[in-house]
Amino acid sequence: MTSYILRRVLGAFVVMWAVATLVFFMLRAVPGDPIAAMLFDAGDAAAVEAMKARFGFDQSIFVQYFKWLWLTLQGDFGNSIYGSRVEVSRIIAEALPRTLSLALLAFVIAMVIAVPAGLISAVHRNSALDNGVTLFAFLGLAMPDFWLGIMLIIVFAANLQWLPAIGYEPLSAGFWPWFSHLIMPAIAIGTPFAAIIARMIRSSMLEVMRTEYITVARSKGLKNRTILLRHALPNALIPVVTVMGIAVALLMSGAVVVENVFAIKGLGRVLIGGILNRDYPVVQGAILAVSAIFVFANLAVDLLYGVIDPRIRYD
Amino acid sequence: MAPTTEAGGPIASSSAPASASGEGDALTTLSDHVPPPGAWKRFGRTLRRERKAMFGAIVLGLLVFAAVFAPWLTPHDPNAMDFMFMEPPSLTHPLGTDDLGRDLLTRLLYGTRISLFVGISTVAIGLVIGVLLGLLAGYHGRWIDTIIMRYVDLQWAFPNFIIAVYLVAVFGTGLVNVIIAISLAYIDDFARVARSMVLTIKEEQYVAAARVLGASDTRIMWRHILPNTTAPIIVQATVSVSYAILAEAGLSFLGLGVESDTPTWGLILSDSRSFISRAWWLGIFPGLFIVMTVLSINFLGDALRDTLDVREVDGAS
Amino acid sequence: MLLDIENLSVAFDTADGVVQAVDDVSYSVGAGETVAVVGESGSGKSVGALALMGLLASPPARVTGRILFEGTNLAGLDDEALRQVRGRRIGMVFQEPMTSLNPLLTVGRQLTEGMRLHLGLGRREARDKAVELLTLVGIPEPASRLKQYPHQFSGGMRQRVMIAIALACDPALILADEPTTALDVTIQAQILQLMKDLTTRLGVALILITHDLGIVARYATRVNVMYAGRIVESASTRELYARPRHPYTLGLLASVPRLDAPSQGARRGARAQPLQGSGRGGTGKGGRLVPIEGQPPDLARLPPGCAYRARCPYAVDECASVRPPLVSVGHAHLSACLRADELPAPGAPPADDLHRRASS
Repeated sequence: MTSYILRRVLGAFVVMWAVATLVFFMLRAVPGDPIAAMLFDAGDAAAVEAMKARFGFDQSIFVQYFKWLWLTLQGDFGNSIYGSRVEVSRIIAEALPRTLSLALLAFVIAMVIAVPAGLISAVHRNSALDNGVTLFAFLGLAMPDFWLGIMLIIVFAANLQWLPAIGYEPLSAGFWPWFSHLIMPAIAIGTPFAAIIARMIRSSMLEVMRTEYITVARSKGLKNRTILLRHALPNALIPVVTVMGIAVALLMSGAVVVENVFAIKGLGRVLIGGILNRDYPVVQGAILAVSAIFVFANLAVDLLYGVIDPRIRYD
Repeated sequence: MAPTTEAGGPIASSSAPASASGEGDALTTLSDHVPPPGAWKRFGRTLRRERKAMFGAIVLGLLVFAAVFAPWLTPHDPNAMDFMFMEPPSLTHPLGTDDLGRDLLTRLLYGTRISLFVGISTVAIGLVIGVLLGLLAGYHGRWIDTIIMRYVDLQWAFPNFIIAVYLVAVFGTGLVNVIIAISLAYIDDFARVARSMVLTIKEEQYVAAARVLGASDTRIMWRHILPNTTAPIIVQATVSVSYAILAEAGLSFLGLGVESDTPTWGLILSDSRSFISRAWWLGIFPGLFIVMTVLSINFLGDALRDTLDVREVDGAS
Repeated sequence: MLLDIENLSVAFDTADGVVQAVDDVSYSVGAGETVAVVGESGSGKSVGALALMGLLASPPARVTGRILFEGTNLAGLDDEALRQVRGRRIGMVFQEPMTSLNPLLTVGRQLTEGMRLHLGLGRREARDKAVELLTLVGIPEPASRLKQYPHQFSGGMRQRVMIAIALACDPALILADEPTTALDVTIQAQILQLMKDLTTRLGVALILITHDLGIVARYATRVNVMYAGRIVESASTRELYARPRHPYTLGLLASVPRLDAPSQGARRGARAQPLQGSGRGGTGKGGRLVPIEGQPPDLARLPPGCAYRARCPYAVDECASVRPPLVSVGHAHLSACLRADELPAPGAPPADDLHRRASS
């Protein structure tokens, strides 16, 4: 088990390193002068010299790489080109908790809806309920998340005026402010996620219900509820956990667009803003941050495997 | 009730190899894992039986029709600005007009062209590259396999949309860049599918027979293995097309899509963003087009998967 | 009688038509008795067992007939009432030990859950009983094994656990569906012997479902031979081996290798071959096994008359039109063959005038 954990954690770091390297080379692949890319006013000789020294632009690419890597590990992503040249690490530090809150809330809402839906769907297979859930799942996957977000705004903010349309409030400002600002975007990005999970649970449950050990459980005269929840569901969740890892990608990419719609200054907004402004240090930092969330979410999923499945625990 | 086997061991199925193509090559045989001929007829039957599949086929047919015949279907020009700004749906403008007086229906119809084109071309590119890589990896094994699969794993663990965003940002917007950026997203899925099929089929006896008879590696891959991998690849392709459409819409919405004189659905949504609360038709209809398209593709894909009896690869839906 | 099955039939509605998996089957099991149900795959033996326990999914399956167990007709009970019987009064052992246990639950949990539900035992009592059961089935270090997971047990061990689970609530009857088929030859005998010992010791009746005639000989007192969903012969074990009265049984016996028969080229200790009829060793002179020609019939398209007719070397014209009833041909010996009395004893060369091969 420990070797399993170690391998996974190590793997996560390797992936992060690979991503960072990729980002580094992509930045260098941008047509044009990298200095100009990172400095608004390339005419300022002193600033250019300082930058050269810091990032080693006058030295070989390898030196540059290692310098950059070193800086990154220290959390120094450089400064934003625009405005007050804020440190990128600060921008990221502010944006990260917002995106995290959004993603987490979306995840929780999605799971709360999807798991019972998938279960009911599987148990009452081919009934009206099942068909209804399946239809919702299909719809959920077919809708662009930003469109759903816009629709939600129109209904709940513009017309009904129950919820604020845009913005973000941290938890420290109170639960309802935080929640009311996040609920709509969370639903927007959580819906496709929930759709996938619900369908996955359904098909996984159907498969599990056909296994021998479920027949054995029934032959023992156990109650249906016990069989469903104690025997079938835990086994059915295993492939679902795999899919969850992949579906985190959905949450993250959804967040990127939806933050735009709801004017939440999370990583997504920062990333897009950086891209549109050609603010490369910011872009770099944001991509690294997003990747980190992603990689570590997957790591958590992997470790979750170890918890759920004793075959992995006692190898 | 034919006996089916879990472990893939031949009991009833692989008794007499039936020729898949009927041409001269006696070694072109069917694998256990491939739908038997007549699967397409069954698909037709499924289409008629399952309402969802029927719906999907009809809607998709309509959309393709619209895409091809767009100019003839509407009297308006997609970029013709009129003085009738923000008109709700009426007889002259069935879906209303936008803030510049352009007819929404026309723009959506023209948008169909781009979306479908993007969908198909990105999948085509990603498919070709991905399947090639998967074939190589699965067939040759050893270090080629390791390298390719490392890359696939890496890409697989990544939100492809974000990569697409970055690529478009770095290399600029425009149709070609968008297509390239999105098509990279499929390489991992297709590679995986292709590779796992290759690995299964590689062990079949007719491949060994072909090798003994002196067939070269390429010939084996091309003639024997590839035809048998079509089913899961097709299913994967349908999944990917729907993703492509959503991704293109997302990119366009962010301003990172195609140029703004070609109306894509995402762009239409993005342009109208500030007006949507006053002009509901500008928000609903583009979204509906997207939803209908993706929905019908998914329905068809599902029906395909059921008919061709393809097991889901790696549990991803 | 502990169990009286009367006219049990199970039909499946499939896309290819109605499949009569079990056709008018009747037999009885006395308290503490071991009865074997023998047949090849597709003979309906497993389906019958599942139907007994009410484990068949009812829309595709249609079950008719009476299943009198301890005085109650199980076929008439609803699921809730059946639940009380399952596990509590009737235990079941399945064929595949590798997939019969839930991989995510400890063995102890799987042993005790039935007990706690049906017998109302507390956690500690159930655990003690579980330890006893594991000892009973011959698993060493039972206390620590309770906390382990199925993947930490070997196939043979898992089957022992299955037996323990079946015995957990002190049932009156155990259904064992091919309990040793998936096991190593060397383990098979152990497991069977274990089951025999336990059932004798505890006074539990046992229905042993198998395709293997070799097993039947040692462990059962009565045998029911099934073919195409019907019982074709029913007798005490001794009678069946000494004087089989159905061509199918004859065919089976002829294809079972026997160590006491003179044989050339037979492998020593070869186990009984599946009843598809290929084999080595033999009962006849010259050591040749006589396989049963042909294939089992398609249950969706059964011919009228005797289901075995197509493969029967003794078939006459009447066999095609009349379905032979199961009638008494001796003391507690039933056979469904029109020519039951004319059949030769096993081992004796078939007389030419009796023997008429069905042309392929």
